[in-house]
Amino acid sequence: MKQENTKTHKFGMVIDLDKCTGCGSCMVSCMSENNVPFKDDESDKKKSITWMRVYKLTNGKSFPDTEMVYLPRPCQHCAGKGGHGHSPCVSVCPATATDYGYDTGIVSQIYTRCFGCRYCMGACPYHARYFNWWDPKWPEGMEKYLSPSVSPRMRGVVEKCSFCYHRYQAARDIAYSQGDKNEIPEENYQTACTTACPAGAIVFGDLNNPEHKVHKIVNPDPHPDTFNKHVVGKSRNPNVFRLLERLGTNPKVYYLSEREWVRKAGDNYREGEWDKIKNHYGATSTHG
Amino acid sequence: MDSALIPEGAKRCSFPKFYAGIALVGAVVLWGVFAWILIYWKGLNQTNMNDYYGFALWIWADLAIIAVGGGAFFTGLLKYIFKIDELKNIINFAVIIGFICYSSALLILAIDIGQPLRGWFIFWHANVHSMLTEVAFCLSAYFAVLTIEFIPNILENRQANKVPFFRHLAHNMHGVMAVFAAAGAFLSFFHQGSLGGVAGVMFGRPFAVREGLFIWPWTFFLFTWSAAAFGPCFTLLVTKITEVITGKKLVSDKTVHLLAKISGWMISTYIIAKIIDTIYWATVTVPSLGFELSHFYSNNSFYGYSILFIEIILCGVVPGAILIMKSTRENPTLRLVAIILGTIGVCLNRWVMVLQVMAVPVMSFDTWALYIPSWQEVATTILPIAYGIILIAVTYRYLPVFPQEHELNHANEADTVKKEVLTEDAIIKEAVAATE
Repeated sequence: MKQENTKTHKFGMVIDLDKCTGCGSCMVSCMSENNVPFKDDESDKKKSITWMRVYKLTNGKSFPDTEMVYLPRPCQHCAGKGGHGHSPCVSVCPATATDYGYDTGIVSQIYTRCFGCRYCMGACPYHARYFNWWDPKWPEGMEKYLSPSVSPRMRGVVEKCSFCYHRYQAARDIAYSQGDKNEIPEENYQTACTTACPAGAIVFGDLNNPEHKVHKIVNPDPHPDTFNKHVVGKSRNPNVFRLLERLGTNPKVYYLSEREWVRKAGDNYREGEWDKIKNHYGATSTHG
Repeated sequence: MDSALIPEGAKRCSFPKFYAGIALVGAVVLWGVFAWILIYWKGLNQTNMNDYYGFALWIWADLAIIAVGGGAFFTGLLKYIFKIDELKNIINFAVIIGFICYSSALLILAIDIGQPLRGWFIFWHANVHSMLTEVAFCLSAYFAVLTIEFIPNILENRQANKVPFFRHLAHNMHGVMAVFAAAGAFLSFFHQGSLGGVAGVMFGRPFAVREGLFIWPWTFFLFTWSAAAFGPCFTLLVTKITEVITGKKLVSDKTVHLLAKISGWMISTYIIAKIIDTIYWATVTVPSLGFELSHFYSNNSFYGYSILFIEIILCGVVPGAILIMKSTRENPTLRLVAIILGTIGVCLNRWVMVLQVMAVPVMSFDTWALYIPSWQEVATTILPIAYGIILIAVTYRYLPVFPQEHELNHANEADTVKKEVLTEDAIIKEAVAATE
């Protein structure tokens, strides 16, 4: 039976950077859950596959004023300019091997269709896309622990975070079996990184569902941003921001921090620009 | 040994000398093929590309050779559509150069993709929103057009031309070539443009992104324009190199001056548009995204403002100025300097629009990424150049590529003979006078 959703979800994430300790559990759980292969030499990080990558940021000040923060970066699942689904990578893929799910807001990657041109990688400003430069390999015996729900990728194709789409499929199956095909309870669909984070820094759910915690934290603005018509879904929470929001990529991964320098690090600002823009959050905000 | 294949009346070097040269360049081809086999066998890990440099040397080479190969479509457009008959003296060679460039581009693309056996997916699962889809369709179609344009020249080989069918086919194909020239110009407009669009639509990359007209960013038009402007420069440059190697004058000064003049005006108008585009991008687009211009040209060891100066002023304004002024254009040394600078300029533009785009950090906490290609990448990039040299050598030897060759060289020989006869007459007359 074909399973169809008539209700539009918009799955997204908010990561509390003030809670993140940089332990890397999210990275490990992601690799394990999604059958990400290993290389003999992982020292060249520009060739390592890390669907979830944790960056270390500092405020650039010297001791004793030094502050640092760890910033986990999964695929941002961009909705593109105006939120129409033309994310930077989806719009450029020549073979329709990456797709925007209008019913979920998830940017998918069709491994068996990708022919490895890597245009999507060039178009992604977050470096969230990875190429399989080598054949996938795991240490001996570890193949037995591969997840049967996720297909390993072959050499020569691009891969990236899928928001653990297979977990969504499982949750959708449950919803069907329980008779309500449209409602995906929050607890039924959680990504591996969310469940693995010991600090509870990652919150995942449906941004369209006001009952979901992610919606409550982000409180996305339903109107386009008054400063930039390409920006939609801007958070009305003054402590929430997105990476490179000004480019109009419209990610569905939000970040939370009470520290101003952290929020400022999320985007690029010219001299004096941040002070004018920092209190602007959402079209209905009067703080701008 | 192969004299029956050489065009009638044409003088060519000896067979052993020719094939010794071919063997030498063939060794370079084999080196490239070896690297290609390694890449197909072991994968793209044989390159120094990485997840920051998904596009690197090969994509630059692709864009550059397609740009310099633009001489074919533009010369064809001028000759067959705008009826500039003088260009008939160089059109065959422009087509051959174009054929080499486009076949090389397709070859490099075939090496560059991670799953070569799925290359056809770009046609089968085409995403109409992607500039690369447009590139693939127009590039393949235009390569077919170039092949059709090349066929009559092949059929004019001395032996092939003896077959009535081939002779008539070549003749009739010449007759309808305007249709293919028009199709070629149309297709080239779109694939040159869509190659520019590849960078211009990347709205996640502030260094590349441009505003534009409807779905086409300004880079779309700039790439087409620059290919039409600098393509003839490359045609003239390769002609000059061929003349130096063969020791013959192959195209008349009149034709060269005309093509150089057209190229000069195209370069000058293009560079004005490019300067306007750069100023608008630097003062409007970039600031609106939160960047200062200096962000793209500082804090790294390779990309500084000098690259902007070299591309636009030294290799754009200067060759444009040299080629539009009659006195400098008709000075062989200055003209050669201009066409070399022009060729470098358009290649540098493509470099910047591919590799600098990848190098610039976008996230505030990211860093510049620089890259040095592996020998396998270099070998497979040199491979098409070596293949091009061989194809030019073979076509020059066996096909009547340059219609003026006989006139420009053998006419001189006739003059020499005439002078010798006159001198002999004078000696006889002197001898007769002395006897008397």
